[in-house]
Amino acid sequence: MPYPPRRYLPGSPFGYPPQPDVPVQWFDDAAGPMVRPYAMTRGRTRPSGQQFDLIALVVSDVPEGVELPVGPEQAVILEICRGNALSVAEIAADVDLPLGVVRVLLGDLLEAEYIRVSRPVPPALLPDEHILLEVINGLRAL
Amino acid sequence: MDSALSDGSVLALKILVAGGFGVGKTTLVGSVSEIRPLRTEEQLTAAGRGVDDLGGVEQKTTTTVAMDFGRITIRDGLSVYLFGTPGQDRFWFLWDELAQGALGAVVLADTRRLTDCFPAVDFFEHRGIPFVVAVNRFSGTRDFGPEEVSRALDLDEETPVVVCDARMRASGKEVLVNLVEHAGRVHAARLLADTRR
Repeated sequence: MPYPPRRYLPGSPFGYPPQPDVPVQWFDDAAGPMVRPYAMTRGRTRPSGQQFDLIALVVSDVPEGVELPVGPEQAVILEICRGNALSVAEIAADVDLPLGVVRVLLGDLLEAEYIRVSRPVPPALLPDEHILLEVINGLRAL
Repeated sequence: MDSALSDGSVLALKILVAGGFGVGKTTLVGSVSEIRPLRTEEQLTAAGRGVDDLGGVEQKTTTTVAMDFGRITIRDGLSVYLFGTPGQDRFWFLWDELAQGALGAVVLADTRRLTDCFPAVDFFEHRGIPFVVAVNRFSGTRDFGPEEVSRALDLDEETPVVVCDARMRASGKEVLVNLVEHAGRVHAARLLADTRR
């Protein structure tokens, strides 16, 4: 068995040099996820448009049963946000994907106008006295 | 729920829960809200590059960080999100994003290891983010008064120090109420200062 060029091997679980008689198997973590997360985004690590804040709220108006040209992960996102505002953080937790991946997927959905996003209020304008009072009373009532 | 965003009245507020490792951040988030794990990932820094020499092989350039967050729904269209900040120093880069637009922060402290919360106190002080220090009462520890803790941490007089039991919902609620009240005062003072300028 000819040795492949060394530069392809260091760090690979097959070791070097390759031992044809010793089968190497990848288990669990070593094998990595079944699908590399960024395969879902076709290698993109940043959304095409805006950056999504962790607490930006996302809602989808796409009626149920409408088939859209989106991937399975994006279909799930549309499903959970249908008429139900969810934060970017909640979406990432619900679909169990890293935030970066979810942000790229959301960027596509926004570009296609399948979702609406409400950006968080800038901190300088944030605590309207009435809102804070409402929060305080709400917390007390928990 | 359909009208959730159309009138523009949906509002989400962000509160951070910081403090050293094992001080009870997850416990506090959990006692007042539903906890969910959040995964994020970031580019590895240049420091890691020389070590992981995988020349020619596709480089692993991202690392995954897990943190907790929870949600408290105040009413339809108004929610508070709590984010536990990752404790390890190497995840500091995440704090900047988390802190952006935050209403305020709770710094949890354990009096047996008070130094563990120094970085968090520094961080929020430097960024002008209102925070309260909540001393999580662990059984079997000597009780320190809030004044002692405040002095030890060299806090501004206005920064509240409260004693809590992160496991108890009522106690966790009280910490958050203290924080929101404090954040309100800080903001009012800033607005006043701005108008006088």
